Amino acid sequence: MRANCWYGKRDVRVEDVPDPRILNRQDAIVKVTSTAICGSDLHLYNGFMPTMEKGDILGHEFMGEIVEVGPEVKNRKVGDRVVTAFPISCGKCFFCKQQMFSLCENSNPNAWMAEKMFGHAPCGIFGYSHLTGGFAGGQAEYARVPYADVGTIKIPSGIPDEKVLFLSDIFPTGYMAAEMCDIKPGDTIAVWGCGPVGQFSMASARLLGAERVIAIDRFAERLRMAKERAKADFVINYEEKNTYEALMEITGGRGPDACIDAVGMEAHGGHGLIYAYDRAKQAVMSETGRPIALREAIMCCRNGGTVSVIGVYGGLIDKFPIGSFMNRSLTMKTGQCHVQRYMQPLLDRIERGEIDPSFVITHKISLDEAANGFEMFANKEDDCIKVVMNP
Amino acid sequence: MATAVRENYLDEREENQGRQLANGLAWFSLGLGLTELLAPKTLARLIGVRESNAGLIRAFGAREIASGLAIWSQGERPVEAVWSRVAGDALDLTALGKSMASSDTNKGKVAFATLNVLAVTGLDVLCARKLGGNDGHSSRRIVKGMIIDRSREELYKMWRNFDNLPKFMKHLEYVRATDHTFSHWAAKGPAGKIVEWDAEITQDILNELISWRSLDGASIDHSGTVRFIKTPGSRGTLVQVEMQYAPPGGVVGTAIAGLMGKNPGQLTEESLRDFKQYIETGEIIVSDGTLWDNGLLTQRPAQPSEE
Repeated sequence: MRANCWYGKRDVRVEDVPDPRILNRQDAIVKVTSTAICGSDLHLYNGFMPTMEKGDILGHEFMGEIVEVGPEVKNRKVGDRVVTAFPISCGKCFFCKQQMFSLCENSNPNAWMAEKMFGHAPCGIFGYSHLTGGFAGGQAEYARVPYADVGTIKIPSGIPDEKVLFLSDIFPTGYMAAEMCDIKPGDTIAVWGCGPVGQFSMASARLLGAERVIAIDRFAERLRMAKERAKADFVINYEEKNTYEALMEITGGRGPDACIDAVGMEAHGGHGLIYAYDRAKQAVMSETGRPIALREAIMCCRNGGTVSVIGVYGGLIDKFPIGSFMNRSLTMKTGQCHVQRYMQPLLDRIERGEIDPSFVITHKISLDEAANGFEMFANKEDDCIKVVMNP
Repeated sequence: MATAVRENYLDEREENQGRQLANGLAWFSLGLGLTELLAPKTLARLIGVRESNAGLIRAFGAREIASGLAIWSQGERPVEAVWSRVAGDALDLTALGKSMASSDTNKGKVAFATLNVLAVTGLDVLCARKLGGNDGHSSRRIVKGMIIDRSREELYKMWRNFDNLPKFMKHLEYVRATDHTFSHWAAKGPAGKIVEWDAEITQDILNELISWRSLDGASIDHSGTVRFIKTPGSRGTLVQVEMQYAPPGGVVGTAIAGLMGKNPGQLTEESLRDFKQYIETGEIIVSDGTLWDNGLLTQRPAQPSEE
């Protein structure tokens, strides 16, 4: 089959590789109909994610048709049309039972590796380094999906791929970011980063009853999408205005009730990455301090408010404003999205017409053009916000 | 009881400090290595040498990263890996010494960089000595635990039937219970060699614990206890394995096993993890990347294989 493989910094290639097989009894094989490039794939593309191997198939946002099932798959059958959740979760451990699927204790064969870096291991993830299990991803014609009963949701015919594909990651991820804000009537929510996750955070904050939503970014087209499609009330281009001052002006000096960091470790101009890198920069007295969005979100948040961190971080950060955080009774909530928890309720919202997630798509290409897609997305060329690929 | 297994663990504290230091040094190696690889020219300016040294600095970066990863993959007692850092420091110092003699370097910056390397060298030596304080021939002790979402009764029963163990202990070839007390074990050792030994059960309390020890003359001289401890609330059972063993081939043997990606501590932890998976989900998950094995050096690309 054809698959998009990682070969190094800014080097991905669509190649012929063997077709996937059932390796565990709860596996299914999915014939991929649509797949997308995620902002977090860019961390791999830019070469900042450790534990990648040449030849790794990328991609954790995909959907398609089941063409084979293992003997222990109970509720999925050949022919089912499904969207796959990016976290690989067993559905049976302590964490899965509490719906904290991205913390599954049983799905990461390289858990020992992640424990070295994080103290404890998160779940396995498709196409996202060997730290998260060394699973082949879905930017391919076919993909193997472990724990298929838990990790997929059936999609009724009649809804186009574009409307449901993002149930795999970015829509639930943005939704969880908004949910973590514990939105109450009258609340103002500020969102740093207007990439696809930021867009869905804003749209979800609205769905969850936020009074006002504020978008913060530096790209005009992203701010335009925030305003027109994700229904942000205010947009702040931080290259033109001081974010703190603009937010205080909007909120009467009190600050937003909750702040969402939808930027993460590669905050602009930065490599974020891992603690080690940051430390090394300190060691050679180079500048440090990349979590610009997170620091700003903390400083801007109102007293007693919530900072919701959904942007991806890899290691440790420097100069965390703990004084501001502690003295003002802030709460921080965070996590890789527990996608399986949200897929059904969000599919329901899509079916009821409350939201059409396809609004973030700016480019549709074939899988064979993946290398171009990555380059365009990484460089934000041609106002690129979201790339969908069809094998 | 086998004589090589001692009950004396005086070196444990020293070693523990050494381990913490080693972990810090591993992070340091990774960080500096990445900087050297990704920004060699910036680094060259900072330490006051010519930018044309970028190639050499990149090579040093690769070496740093290898040292860092070696410390992690060598597991509990990365003595050799830390000594490899000392050797690397010596290379760094030689290179810096050479550039000191060169005419177009910033002497002040080079001197500062040299001081930094010397400080790290000191830490490396200290760490290696702390870890190596144990002569390597006395016994090692490991305690590993895992909470499994099942009753003590079920877990005890599964474990007590030794025939079951190879199902979730991938390093075991087979276990044969000769009678209620004695059993014969065969495991995959380093370099594919099969290691065999006989063991006897020394204590067996229903649903609580099983203790065993290898018989005199066993190639893997060890004793151990697995305890089944009820955890608070409805969290299931803590399965805790405690083992004392004399590493085959002493510290070098452990190091070789470590370089292959496994040491007894890690093996025990993985066996427990696999036991948990087997019990909770009915199978042990593999990925394309870990199809052969999940050691650091045995990962294959995350793409389907022909085999």
